[in-house]
Amino acid sequence: MRHKDIGQHLGKFRVGIAGAGGLGSNCAAVLARAGIGSIVIADFDIVDESNLSRQYYFPEQAGMPKTEAIRDNLLRIRPGLDVITHNVRLDRENSAGIFKECNVIVEALDDSEMKRMFAETIQLLLPETPLILGSGMAGWGGNNRLRSLRIDETLYICGDESSEVSEDRPPLAPRVGIVACMQANMVVELLMNLK
Amino acid sequence: MKIILNNRTEEFDIQSLTVGEMIRMKKYSFRLRIIKINGILIPSEKYETTYINDGDIVQMHYLMSGG
Repeated sequence: MRHKDIGQHLGKFRVGIAGAGGLGSNCAAVLARAGIGSIVIADFDIVDESNLSRQYYFPEQAGMPKTEAIRDNLLRIRPGLDVITHNVRLDRENSAGIFKECNVIVEALDDSEMKRMFAETIQLLLPETPLILGSGMAGWGGNNRLRSLRIDETLYICGDESSEVSEDRPPLAPRVGIVACMQANMVVELLMNLK
Repeated sequence: MKIILNNRTEEFDIQSLTVGEMIRMKKYSFRLRIIKINGILIPSEKYETTYINDGDIVQMHYLMSGG
């Protein structure tokens, strides 16, 4: 399939991204470039200077809500992209409603309690929608330990499932970026198989 | 009973056990995980009341912080 046809196909779909930090902002940027038609993205945080080490933001955006900053950046990449933002903290009550129109959902939250809440909520309330989790991306190196697992038709996990973020093992741009791109690549794979 | 846990066969000397019992028997210590039995998600608050039976396919994966 040629590039133009792939873009036309991907342009028909909407992808949900929970979180606009290291995973979510980078995943959204490559999906925008690949030609996804519509991106729904939710985050409650503001851009902090410390985020610039790995997240898809620029120094002049410090202090902006991440949802506004990512919208600007995605529209700079592709002015025709449909971007829907929700400046909220995701919870058991609002998550399914925000992402119910999405063909695929990417989990890109940082806190593991939040990850579990979101994974459980989406799998229970939107059981037909494929969900791609990110788990284990802290530190550096270990390219070959990062992998993508298919649990079943609706659940996928990208990462090494072992490296947890801590003071001594912060998330660094290359490893976070790899996992964000693995999630995006999984989105594209799933959507290319849809009519 | 025999179950498939993360694509491997596991044998237990009892007829059935709860998800919580399996976690303790296997000495899984890390707390944040997602569990599916036969493709159905089991929410964490139901680990002590949901039973795993012979032939069940169980998937258990860790959710590490970072994102």
